[in-house]
Amino acid sequence: MDPMEAIKQTYFQESDELLLAMEEGLIAMNNGEANDETINAVFRAVHSIKGGGGAFGFDQLVKFAHGLETVLDDIRSHKLETTPEITRVLLKAGDMLSDFVAAVREGHAVPEGHADEIAAELANLSGNSHASDSDSGDIEGLDFNPTLISFEESSPAAPCQKGWRIRFVPHPALYAKANEPILLIRELSRLGPLDVVCDYANLPDLAAIEPYQSYFAWDLVVRGEIERGAIEDVFDFVMGDCDLEINELTSGAQAETDPSVLPQKSEAPSKPVAAESLPPPSAALGAKPLVVATEGKAGAAKPTIRVDLEKVDRLVNLVGELVITQAMLSQQVHDSNIPANSPVNTALEELDLLLRELQESVMAIRTQPVKSVFQRMPRLMRELAAQTNKQVRLLLEGESTEVDNTVVERLSEPLTHMIRNAVDHGLETPDDRVAAGKPAEGTVTLSACHNSGRIVIELSDDGRGIDRERVRAKAIEKGLIAANAVLTDEETDNLIFLPGFSTANQISNISGRGVGMDVVRRSISELGGKVVISSSPGKGSRFSLSLPLTLAVLNGMVITVGDQTFVLPLTHIAESMRPKPAEISPFGASNHLLRIRNSYVPFADIGRLLGIERGAYVPSNGVAILVESQGSGRLALGADNILGQRQVVIKSFENNYRPIPGIAAATILGDGRVALILDVDALIGLCREKSGMSSKIVERKTGT
Amino acid sequence: MNEHAEQSSEPNNQFVTFRSGDQEFGADIMAIREIRGWTPTTPLPHSPNYVRGVINLRGIVLPIVDLKARLGYSATETNAKNVIVVVKCGNRTIGLLVDAVSDILTTTAAEIQPAPDIARDETCQFINGIAVLGDRMVTILDMDVLTASLVNMGEQAARA
Repeated sequence: MDPMEAIKQTYFQESDELLLAMEEGLIAMNNGEANDETINAVFRAVHSIKGGGGAFGFDQLVKFAHGLETVLDDIRSHKLETTPEITRVLLKAGDMLSDFVAAVREGHAVPEGHADEIAAELANLSGNSHASDSDSGDIEGLDFNPTLISFEESSPAAPCQKGWRIRFVPHPALYAKANEPILLIRELSRLGPLDVVCDYANLPDLAAIEPYQSYFAWDLVVRGEIERGAIEDVFDFVMGDCDLEINELTSGAQAETDPSVLPQKSEAPSKPVAAESLPPPSAALGAKPLVVATEGKAGAAKPTIRVDLEKVDRLVNLVGELVITQAMLSQQVHDSNIPANSPVNTALEELDLLLRELQESVMAIRTQPVKSVFQRMPRLMRELAAQTNKQVRLLLEGESTEVDNTVVERLSEPLTHMIRNAVDHGLETPDDRVAAGKPAEGTVTLSACHNSGRIVIELSDDGRGIDRERVRAKAIEKGLIAANAVLTDEETDNLIFLPGFSTANQISNISGRGVGMDVVRRSISELGGKVVISSSPGKGSRFSLSLPLTLAVLNGMVITVGDQTFVLPLTHIAESMRPKPAEISPFGASNHLLRIRNSYVPFADIGRLLGIERGAYVPSNGVAILVESQGSGRLALGADNILGQRQVVIKSFENNYRPIPGIAAATILGDGRVALILDVDALIGLCREKSGMSSKIVERKTGT
Repeated sequence: MNEHAEQSSEPNNQFVTFRSGDQEFGADIMAIREIRGWTPTTPLPHSPNYVRGVINLRGIVLPIVDLKARLGYSATETNAKNVIVVVKCGNRTIGLLVDAVSDILTTTAAEIQPAPDIARDETCQFINGIAVLGDRMVTILDMDVLTASLVNMGEQAARA
C-alpha cells in the first residue's frame, strides 16, 4: 500500500472513533449532562477531523467541519449557551459530518448543496453569538441573557487591571506535530488585549542552529476578566509539548499552578527552559498524523492498540489446535497405563489449566463492547423521528457489555430493523399519546446485559403494543393461519415473525420495505439466538434477544448416525428421548410421525436426510431428538446414539469446498477427527422437501 | 489454465509426479504444500463419489479428492500406503488422494506436449499437457482448475 494511502486509512479509522466520541458528547449535551470537558471533547473531535481532512485536501469536509467547529468554539468559550434548539442543529450537523467522512472514504464528493441547510443554520448560530443585537436572546429564551451580557461586558471594556501573565516555551515536539505558536497567540488575543514579547535569548548563532530544535519563548500578558480555563483551553492541544506558566497579574508572580493541568511544571523557572533536555523530535515526526490525545485528562482511556482481526483469528485458531493436541496427548497418556499420580499426569493437568486460561484470554481479545453498534442507533432514531413526525427519546443501557466481535458485527442489521419497527409501528403520534394519557415523547429503551453465558439485548418501547386483532386479521388475510385458528396472545404476537407477514400494501419509507420481522428472526437465529416478544396493549412492547457470546464456539450435542459422528447445536434442541415403537406411526407413503405427549411431530432419520448408508435402521433402537427452529418449526430427528455435550470450535470448510445442504460447518473433536455440525433449519427444509410437504413457508438456506 | 501453460513454457519447470492407478501424473511443484500418509476421512453427505470426505490438517478442514475417481475411474482402494498430496491454489487448499508419489521431474518446455485432442470430456479440462520422458508418459494436471472445480461445481449445484 502506498504510504499516503496507509495514512489515509489511519485517518479514517481515527475519524470513526472521533465521530463516535463527538456523537456521544453531543447526546450528552442534548440531555443537558454536558460539562466543559464534554464540550471540549466534542470540539477536539471535530477539530481533529477537520485538521486531518485538510491534510488530504477534503475541502468540502473541512469547510463544513469549520462551520461546526466555530459554533462549538463559541459554546465552549460560553459565548453561546446550549439550548435544545442548538443541540438539535449540532446533532444534525454531526450526522452530516459523518456523511462527509463516509463520502470521502468512498472517494466520491458529497453532492453540492447536501449540507447547505445545516451549514447555514450553523453559520446563523455563530453569527448570532458574535452579533450584539438582542435577536438571539429573544429566540433562545431568558436563560440565554446572562451569558450574553457578561460577554458584552468583557470584550469591548476599557483595559482593566486584571489579567494573566503567561510564559510559553514550546518544545520541539510541538512543532513536530504541526502546531504553530502564532495561531495560539492569535487565539489568545481574542480573549482580550494582548502584549507579546518574544524571548529569543536562547537563539544560537546561525551556524549552530538545529532546524528541528525550538529556540523561542514568549512572554504574554493578556488583560481582562478572563477565566483561567479559557487560557488553558487555548493551549489545550499543545499542553504536553510546551512549558506553560500562567500567573495572575494582580496576585503577583507566585500564583498557584494547577498540578493536574501542568504536570511537568513544579516550579517557576526564571530563565527559558533549554531545549536540549527534550526528546529528539524525529520520533514524533510522522508518528502521529493527528493531534488527538491529550494525556492527563480526567477519565483518560486505557492504552490500547489496534490489531488486524486476522491476526487475532489466527491466534484463536492456534489456541484451538493447542487444546485439541493437548486432549489427544492426554488420551495417549491415559491409554499407556501411566499411573495417575505420575509427574507426567501432573504436568498434563497443569498444561490443561494453562491452556484453558490461554483460551479464555485469547477469546477475550476478540470481545468488544456492544457500544459500537448501539452508538449508531441514536442517529437512526433521530432520522426516524423526523420522518414519522413522532417524538422519541432513545435510552441506551449496558453499552459496555462485551461480546465477541463476530456477534457485534451482525447485530447492527436486526437491531436497525427492530428500531424502525418500534418507531413506525410501536409508537403512537404525539397527539394519540397525549390522548392516551402518556407523555407526548415516546421512549425506546435499548439495553444489553450478560445472562448465564449469553448476551441479552432488549428493545422496549412505551407505545401502543401489538394490535392483536389486526395481526390476526392480517394473518388470516395472508393465509398464514386458518380463519378459525385458536391462538393464545403469545402465539398471536409471534405471527409478526412469519415470512410474508410484512407486506407490500403498507410500504412506508421506514419499515415494510419488503423486509419484515422474519428477517430479524432469521438473522438472530443464524447467530444462534432467540427472539421473545412480550407486549401489553396500550403499554408497549418488549423484544428480547438472547445471543451466544461468540460465534467461534458452539455448545453442541455429539451424536452418532451409523459409524459417523455429528454435532447438533444445543440451542436448537428442545428435548431428546428413546421412542417406543408404538409412538412412531407411519404417515403417508414414506413419512413418520412421532408422538410426544399427545402431539405429533414429523420424524426423520438423519441417515436418510443426509444419504448415509447403514444397516437396517429401527427408530426405537436409537434416540429421537426434538429440534426447534425459530423459522421453520419442529422436527424429531432420528439418530443412533448420543455421546454427550461438548463445546466445539466452529471450522468453516466452505473456502475449500462447496456448501452442503444440511451441514452448517465442521469441527474437530478431541480425537483429532473432523465431525460435521448439522444445520437444523436446513435439515427441516430437507425433510419437507423429501416428504413432498409444502415448503412454502420454509425458505431453504442453501448456504451462505 | 492458460497462465499455467505459459509457465510451463519456461525452461526447468519442476513437477511432483505421482501414480494413481496405472498412470503417472504431475503437478506444478509450487502448488504442492506437503505430502502426508492416508488417514481415514469424515465422509461428506450429498457429495460426488470422488470426494472422499474431510480430514483435519492442523486445524484446517481439508476436503480429500480421489484423483482416480475424479478422472472417471473406479475409486481408489485405500490402505496405509496411500498418500495425500496437499495442494494449495490461491486461497484454497485441498488434498489429493493418490497411490504413491514417485519423484520430482524437471522438464523444459520442449518436453511438454499439448494433450491430444481425443476427447473433449470433463476430465480433459484438468489436463495441461503431457510430458514424454523416454518411454514414460506423465500427464501434467492443472491444479487451479481441479481445485476450482470442487468449489464451483458446488455453486452450480447450490443454485440448481
